[in-house]
Amino acid sequence: MTIRTEKTETTDRIEKHFEVTATRSRVWRAIANSEEFGAWFGMKLDRPFAPGATVIGRLTIPGYDHVSVEIQVEKLEPEGYFSYRWHPYAIDPAIDYRSEPMTLVEFRLEETAGGTAVAITESGFDRLPASRRAEAFRMNEGGWASQSRKLASYVS
Amino acid sequence: MSVSRGSAAQKAAPVFAALADPTRLSLVRRLSTEGPLSITRLSDGSGMTRQAITRHLHALNRVGLVRDTWEGRERVFSLDLKRLEIARQYLEDVSAHWDAAAARLKAFVEKDKG
Repeated sequence: MTIRTEKTETTDRIEKHFEVTATRSRVWRAIANSEEFGAWFGMKLDRPFAPGATVIGRLTIPGYDHVSVEIQVEKLEPEGYFSYRWHPYAIDPAIDYRSEPMTLVEFRLEETAGGTAVAITESGFDRLPASRRAEAFRMNEGGWASQSRKLASYVS
Repeated sequence: MSVSRGSAAQKAAPVFAALADPTRLSLVRRLSTEGPLSITRLSDGSGMTRQAITRHLHALNRVGLVRDTWEGRERVFSLDLKRLEIARQYLEDVSAHWDAAAARLKAFVEKDKG
């Protein structure tokens, strides 16, 4: 499958674009129905998605079943747009993530000739001060970051 | 989510924390472009005292981002690139996580079209 990663100037967001051979209403159900969302994502969600709802998910991946994820639903626009906020990588039970800024996850669906185009974006990384620094390493392709990387792979 | 992510996150978190400071980030940048430098060289033109620079270097040293050696009477700091690689890898994991989730979503909706 082809997943296109949008290369943007910003260090704030990650974008994924891909197409599926299923109707838009089928894809919508898979993302907007919390039971179905959990089935492919790998977690068990405790209630339906609704605008403003806080939904708690428990990972179903062996070894990670002690991890719960808090999803704050923002918008559900039938068959077109779904958005929520969460703490990215909040999987260490020893850390209290509640004081940290959340990122915004958005799903956009569009009908195509062969099925449905799906766009997933996660944004707000710049508000996570530490992650932003790390992003700087990755994004500065022509500069010192890429040099360090070449050296790092050479020495490791 | 991959099984390796937990430990990757645990390893990367202190590295990010140490880098979340403009002075320390600029020190890392200089060591990266100019190679190993003494405290004197790192303080020159920085507008900061040697003591302040030394404190920041110690913070980077604690998480293993830089290491120091003695050259004569001068203490020289250089980058430990393996730690930088951990920090970079962590962010790539965010992206890889969405690739995997997208593939699972695709498989999920395509096995049952309707």
